[in-house]
Amino acid sequence: MIVAVTGVILILFVIGHLLGNLQIFLGPAWINGYAEHLRELGPLLWIIRAILLIDVLAHIYYTVRLAIENRRARPESYRRKDVVKASFASRHMVISGMILLAFIVFHLLQFSIRAIDPRFAALPHDPLGHYDVYSMMVLGFTSPLVSGFYILAMFLLALHLSHGSSSFFQSLGLNNKNLTPRLASAGRVFAWLLFVGYSSIPAAVLLGWVHLRSHS
Amino acid sequence: MNFKLKIWRQPSAASKGELRRYEIEKISANTSFLEMLDILNEQLIKSGEEPVAFDSDCREGICGTCSLTINGEAHGPAHPAAACQLYMRQFKDGETITVEPFRVRSFPIIKDLVINRGALDRIVQAGGFISARTGSAPEANSTPIPKHNSDLAMEAAACIGCGACAAACPNASAMLFTSAKISHLALLPQGQAERSRRVLGMVRQMDAEGFGNCTNTYECEAVCPAEISASFIAKMNREYAIASLRDRLGE
Ligand code: HEM
Ligand code: SF4
Ligand code: FES
Repeated sequence: MIVAVTGVILILFVIGHLLGNLQIFLGPAWINGYAEHLRELGPLLWIIRAILLIDVLAHIYYTVRLAIENRRARPESYRRKDVVKASFASRHMVISGMILLAFIVFHLLQFSIRAIDPRFAALPHDPLGHYDVYSMMVLGFTSPLVSGFYILAMFLLALHLSHGSSSFFQSLGLNNKNLTPRLASAGRVFAWLLFVGYSSIPAAVLLGWVHLRSHS
Repeated sequence: MNFKLKIWRQPSAASKGELRRYEIEKISANTSFLEMLDILNEQLIKSGEEPVAFDSDCREGICGTCSLTINGEAHGPAHPAAACQLYMRQFKDGETITVEPFRVRSFPIIKDLVINRGALDRIVQAGGFISARTGSAPEANSTPIPKHNSDLAMEAAACIGCGACAAACPNASAMLFTSAKISHLALLPQGQAERSRRVLGMVRQMDAEGFGNCTNTYECEAVCPAEISASFIAKMNREYAIASLRDRLGE
């Protein structure tokens, strides 16, 4: 129940975040302006951040407790165990979630706290006087290592959500003979769309489609 | 047909078990799996070895006693069917077949393949009944029940309490069993009076028994010999949420 509700909030966040980030394809003015708008929210932004932080912590706390209880429920494992129906994604929620956590920490260190790359803090403001998020993203993703890690993390996000984005209906008690199989397919499509959407940014930078623009 | 068998042998609850190898020959394709084990046991008795302990009763898929994990699947590969409804023609000649007990902490092993499924009984005792005056059966049509509800209740009532759902579940969760018992009574007028108390009591007992928690992998419904649908688990989640809300509001 708590896992489902906290998970749904995270899903809403990843949709919003993706839509925000895709504005990079519309050029520096768009994305920098968007970032500026976010910052102008002031206290509201901090409230949203606090809610997300509490939400992530609650999600992790309850899922880890769940996983420990579940492991205890079968102290001696089967010598041979065949899977009949459970999907790969559903059996690997903990590991995909854990690697996502590592990703989230790195992601915040890199783009929010800007502790990974010294160039980010030193970036000049763009001509409109906004913080230059555009150049920061391009600089960040020029490294194949960073981009590779992002794409890998987004793959795991899609895996996590290909189960989670339909599984939460069941947890909340919503199940219907016609709708549930369709929700399961829709959840998978949704998850892989997220993967394509998010991965398109580092991929486009690596391929040179999105590049630094000089201000003048 | 000839088979190589790897069977879990464990002399007692406290001792350590292991898979032991056996060979069995000239088995007719129409022998049932449990008959094949009977034949093996006769061979073992003749050679002075302790026979393999396994449970069975009805041998027609209605009692739920034959709790075997065969080749890594609860009740073996012939879903939906209990282990006693499995025939040797399902296997290839010369195949190696692994036989293990249901492995769930709440189903302690008594000996070899025999487990104690008392945890399921205690879940039912925690509310899986209706309190009613007994006596001669009432007139059948005196309580009207919509066809849709009686069909669904029948579907849920088909659960034979075998425990395969918990055995197959990656989390050793017994939610399919518990949800079937809860839904069966929640769908019928006779079950209304104790509806909230039932779901709260049974879910608490299920947790207290040390079963795991459902993460919606649906492995349970894939092995269930009674074809209980995991949609009953959603119904149980719903019933539980409503009942605990009512409970908290003091109703
Ligand atoms: C950061 C570390 C994370 C860990 C350790 C983690 C772990 C888990 C686990 C163990 C489950 C339960 C398994 C299940 O219900 O099948 C789960 C469910 C779920 N997770 Fe995560 N997760 C993490 C991050 C995320 C993120 C970032 C999102 C969304 C963007 C997310 C969304 C979901 C959803 C929607 C569910 C399904 C809830 C349900 O079925 O009731 N999780 N997670
Ligand atoms: S729900 Fe199915 S698998 Fe579980 S105890 Fe009942 S009959 Fe057995
Ligand atoms: S022996 Fe009764 S169900 Fe198998």
